[in-house]
Amino acid sequence: MMGRGTGDGGRGQTRWRWRLAQAACVAVVLVPAALIVVDLLRDALGANPIEEITHRTGDWTIRLLIGTLAVTPLRRLTGWNPVVRFRRTLGLLAFTYASLHFLTYAVLDQGLFLQGDVLGYLGEDIAKRPYITVGFTAFVLLVPLALTSTKGWIRRLGTRWTALHRLAYVAAALGVLHYLWLVKGDQVTPVWYGVALVLVLAPRVGWNRRGARAVASVPRGAVGPVVPAEFLSKAARSVETR
Amino acid sequence: MLILRPPRIHPSEITDEALFWNRRLFLGAAVGALAAAVPSALAASRLPAPRSRDDELTPYDDVTTYNNFYEFGLDKRDPSRNAHTLRPHPWTVRVEGEVHNPKVYDVDELARRYPAEERVYRLRCVEAWSMVIPWLGFELNRLLKDVEPTSHARYVAFQTLHDPDQMPGQRSGVLPWPYVEGLRLDEAMHPLTILVTGLYGKPLPNQNGAPLRLAVPWKYGFKSIKSIVRIRLTRDQPPTTWNLAAPREYGFYSNVNPDVDHPRWSQKRERRIGELLRRPTLMFNGYGDQVASLYAGMDLRRDY
Repeated sequence: MMGRGTGDGGRGQTRWRWRLAQAACVAVVLVPAALIVVDLLRDALGANPIEEITHRTGDWTIRLLIGTLAVTPLRRLTGWNPVVRFRRTLGLLAFTYASLHFLTYAVLDQGLFLQGDVLGYLGEDIAKRPYITVGFTAFVLLVPLALTSTKGWIRRLGTRWTALHRLAYVAAALGVLHYLWLVKGDQVTPVWYGVALVLVLAPRVGWNRRGARAVASVPRGAVGPVVPAEFLSKAARSVETR
Repeated sequence: MLILRPPRIHPSEITDEALFWNRRLFLGAAVGALAAAVPSALAASRLPAPRSRDDELTPYDDVTTYNNFYEFGLDKRDPSRNAHTLRPHPWTVRVEGEVHNPKVYDVDELARRYPAEERVYRLRCVEAWSMVIPWLGFELNRLLKDVEPTSHARYVAFQTLHDPDQMPGQRSGVLPWPYVEGLRLDEAMHPLTILVTGLYGKPLPNQNGAPLRLAVPWKYGFKSIKSIVRIRLTRDQPPTTWNLAAPREYGFYSNVNPDVDHPRWSQKRERRIGELLRRPTLMFNGYGDQVASLYAGMDLRRDY
């Protein structure tokens, strides 16, 4: 017999349910990656399979980055706080797809490790092709975010963690720019991604202004000027709930 | 008169299908290895590299399902799905402009007048992929001689059908319609330049530009305009669609040139469809012996 909310039993069950929800989220988001493997084995990736893999992993990276950045506005709009538990999961999945995308480009498309002289081509691509420069930059920016996504790092970095993880905004914007600059002719899809990104980022401007006004009354140096106190306390709470 | 045969691919050099599928399997294995052991790059480097420098025919299915034909959609697979709305028969081609005998030809009449021969050409897309295609067609110079260009004729302008009912992609504004292309008269008269009526021994599929398209093998693929309804000889250099859309990226000449990169990507290497590793792109797509003289004295960095 286990009554609801009677001590550890209820909490354990809730935690178990969240674990299950997280696992379901991971499983669902990995379906497109699994489909790539299935289609590869069925030879259903078309005449240029490497291009198709590059496009699919790139598309999912941007979708997941936007999805990750949608969590916080969704939480503020709906007041449904537990949704924040999915933020790290989605962020790490976005990073997974970004890594697959980069590896597809470097190894399968350019031939890194498979043929000689490829580092030269890669270096030239990254340095000289603006769309690759920004795409690569976005990927590099995501690395520290993935590395510092653990509880330990969140605790160690404290308020700086929030500031650091704002790089996700930059990475997502560069990702959209990367797409916009590479297309030949058709700019509809990247423009839609841009619109979606603006929609999920825009609400933050309002909060930050309000936050900044609130901070202005606090003695300088007491709190970092761009991080609203309310936001920080919520972030801290969300960290605790993980 | 320059009499040159294009280098022919010997039937014995054509990959048989079993070998082709083996390469697909190799690709699958490479991806599998990557997914299983991403950091173990060493393992990957020991995989056998299909380093063939041959020009094996690109399979029919790839030639007919991987197309840039924005009149039927922007995805490479769109034309094969959507081009059934095109009605290539009956079809007429108007040849006009600076000629003594302007004429409207029915495509069937063209086919009778100029029996098709097979030409195996490399096709290098500006997007850095390539194919090898056995076209059926005839030299454009035969048609041009029959209409007798005037002494003022210096260029040849080509135009694709403009009919959004048959070409639904023309309802979008992604490019200015109709698609137009152009060649200098000496390029158009060159024996490598052919008007195509078929491929792989069959009539030209709609998605490949039925019933009549151009093939200019030393230039990027977009120069080889599809579904032609008008050929006009002109005094002045005619406008060309991609040049109108993005003049900095696509020039009038658009000769395949590994030393002149596209502003946004490298043209040094290309992926031959069906192969894993990129191969070096050849100057004039490997047809330099036949066509380099057309550009003697020209700065190909400026006239890209």
